Amino acid sequence: MALHPTLKHGTIFLNLKPFQIRKIHLISEILSPELGHYLLALSCCLAGIQFIVPLVGCKAKQASLMMLASPLAYAQGIALSLSFACLITASVTNDFSVLSVYQNSASNKPLLYKISGIWGNHEGSIFLWCYLLALFNSLLALSAQPIPLKLKSRALAIMGGCSAGFTLFCLLTSNPFLRLWPAPLQGQGMNPLLQDPGLALHPPLLYMGYVGFAIPFAFTVAGLLDNTIDLAWAQFVKPWVTIAWACLTCGIALGSWWSYYILGWGGYWFWDPVENASLLPWLTGTALIHALYAYTRTESLKLWTLLLSISTFSLSLSGTFLVRSGLLNSVHAFTSDPTRGVFILALLACISGSALLLYAWRAPTLAQETGVNPLSKEGSLIFNNILLCTIASIVLTGTLYPPFLQLLTNQSISVGKPFFEQTTVPFVLISLFFMAVGPRLPFKKTNSQHLLNILSIPAMLCLLIFLTSWFCLHQFLPALTLGLCMWVIIHTILNYAKKISFLQKSFQESWRQFFRLPYSVHASLIAHTGMVVTVLGITGMAFATHTIVEIPLGDTVPLAGYEWTLSSVQTVKGPNFVALKAAIKIAHKGKVVTWLFPSRKYFPEQNQIVTHVSIETNFIRDLYAALGSSKETLDKQHPLYILRLHYNPLAPWIWIGGLIMAFGGIITLWPSTKTKFKNDCL
Amino acid sequence: MKPKHKRFIVFLISMGCIGCALWLVLQAFSSNLVYFKTPSQLLHENTLKLSDIRMGGMVVAHSILFTQKEKMPCVQFQVTDGQAAIKVHYFGIVPDLFREGQSVIAIGHLDQNKIFIANEILAKHDETYMPKDVADALRKSGKWDPKYGPPPDPKTWNHILKP
Repeated sequence: MALHPTLKHGTIFLNLKPFQIRKIHLISEILSPELGHYLLALSCCLAGIQFIVPLVGCKAKQASLMMLASPLAYAQGIALSLSFACLITASVTNDFSVLSVYQNSASNKPLLYKISGIWGNHEGSIFLWCYLLALFNSLLALSAQPIPLKLKSRALAIMGGCSAGFTLFCLLTSNPFLRLWPAPLQGQGMNPLLQDPGLALHPPLLYMGYVGFAIPFAFTVAGLLDNTIDLAWAQFVKPWVTIAWACLTCGIALGSWWSYYILGWGGYWFWDPVENASLLPWLTGTALIHALYAYTRTESLKLWTLLLSISTFSLSLSGTFLVRSGLLNSVHAFTSDPTRGVFILALLACISGSALLLYAWRAPTLAQETGVNPLSKEGSLIFNNILLCTIASIVLTGTLYPPFLQLLTNQSISVGKPFFEQTTVPFVLISLFFMAVGPRLPFKKTNSQHLLNILSIPAMLCLLIFLTSWFCLHQFLPALTLGLCMWVIIHTILNYAKKISFLQKSFQESWRQFFRLPYSVHASLIAHTGMVVTVLGITGMAFATHTIVEIPLGDTVPLAGYEWTLSSVQTVKGPNFVALKAAIKIAHKGKVVTWLFPSRKYFPEQNQIVTHVSIETNFIRDLYAALGSSKETLDKQHPLYILRLHYNPLAPWIWIGGLIMAFGGIITLWPSTKTKFKNDCL
Repeated sequence: MKPKHKRFIVFLISMGCIGCALWLVLQAFSSNLVYFKTPSQLLHENTLKLSDIRMGGMVVAHSILFTQKEKMPCVQFQVTDGQAAIKVHYFGIVPDLFREGQSVIAIGHLDQNKIFIANEILAKHDETYMPKDVADALRKSGKWDPKYGPPPDPKTWNHILKP
């Protein structure tokens, strides 16, 4: 990633004129950590008021009290924005009298990482969480959706309640503004592993996903309090679910990409508790999107939608916070503190517990639904929900089993990749099968003869693809996956062809019809294609090959049809590190394909080494090289270097698929000329 | 079909799914669980039949030896929990944070000669961090109790180990 020179090196002050420096000092004086601390406390109080006043207003039927919710939400958003600016100022101006800055920053750290380093530690990440919650809170207040006052003020009150709880948690147990006296001259520096542009963006996106699910949750609770869950309610919730889901998808994809290129051994998903914690709300959130769709079209699945919305937010909460509390043992866990764990558990119990109690109390009074025909679109949506929730419960079991066993029997075990792969893959394959069939079914009911007609030809074609690829690849599972992916793609194309009456009308007419299709049609087809691309990427990675070698300069290693030659190794100096950089020439049948420059950076402040891999991609395959630890050899003239070389077919597809999925979600937010709710997006 | 029947079908499908999931989970639990053992437990218990073990402890100071077999780098070192030490052989690149006196987790199995053949070496992202498993093992062996301050300086670990 190309960075501006001032961002790359921590030299912001070097090229400034004196008056500019004075200006910066003035800003840092105004935006002091004390102001930030005060504003954090203020926004906690505002959130508390936002929780109580509108609810009282609804009870007493006082519109003036209900209307207070929106201004309070804005005030809270502004207060926390300023507070966030204070923390950024403290970090950028190297104010090491602030404990969290001292612990995670140093004056020679590049500017980008001074800013992103704010959310690279426990205090800052909780603060970011609160800040994003406040932002979503204000966005909900700002949104132009024609929401009835009562519902909106109740939803805002619930948002305020959550916000108050978490801001209080931030203030009491993980305050980023705590001062340190006497102020040290230099900070401890940031974990070099986290000094990466991908990681600057990953937590905010992921948190936006987590926090975004607070709005559907708030709407659900508000609707339950109101005892009115209807189609209008679903229309209000839908865009928010989509935004949160798209952010979460991007966040997960980015995190997976980060671990692929930073951890240096070519893995992209480790089934680590933290990764699982982000996957769980994604699975239930995906189920929620489908359930909402079924509800808006056929009014079935009402209670189920409500339950999903509550559980998705609960899973987001437990995901972020149980991990931070140190209950789950993970590489991502920051140092744990028992008081935090207790506070978090109490908060979780309050929020999720009260919502579930309310649900249990109100659910029977909401209208009972009619049964659903299994051979229809809503039937397939139900099946999708069952599958997604089954996968989610498997992942949940695998994640929670080790800590519970530890608690009960004091025996430490770990559940790793083989467990999750063995249990989830069958369900993913079944989902793929139905992912193709579902969108082709009409609502309400299907003629089974007609169904057989649409499915038989593609099925035979895919069976053929499966058998040929099985014969060529000699591997059952990848061949089956390939066949199923083709199955989805063929059905997507056929679906489009039918929707635009391809070959039945003139080409221009079909083309125009394509653009007149409702966005929801595009959305589902694009998102499903994205899923297929990701699955194909994962399948391709099953054919990845790698080798670890220890070779002198000039030696050549063959791997996957390429010749990898170690040409040179140099020492390079950076702003806060010293790097050892290798140059590897990659040739195919004597012709040079590309050069790779993997390096190892040594950060003297933390006494830590970080490997930087070098990747060359043409979107069909990745060539991936990492430089291993060099050691003292007796022969100084001919030192040996350890190299890890990978050939990863289709690797980039995994993340590109994630982006396509998110894009599929996002386009439904585009204001459509046809839909009744013109302004139902932001 | 009556609504009742339709609901019954949905119920049957979900029960089927949950049943399959349960079966798969139990199946996977019986074959894929990885147990955590300390070096002393490994030496005293008969663990030859376990294919995958996570062994945690501290890397004994001055025990790391880098060698090479057929162009593949091989690392040999010892891991201790303060009671006993076990030799570990690992083919591959050790993580960046792997060093003497640092806590480490090795995943692999014990061979006939009481040498631990590791498939994977994990060292934590943070150099001051001690894996929970290792900390618990140290506490059990009486070498360190978190109540009495930070863990002993890793550099002294080879002295704590009785020959």
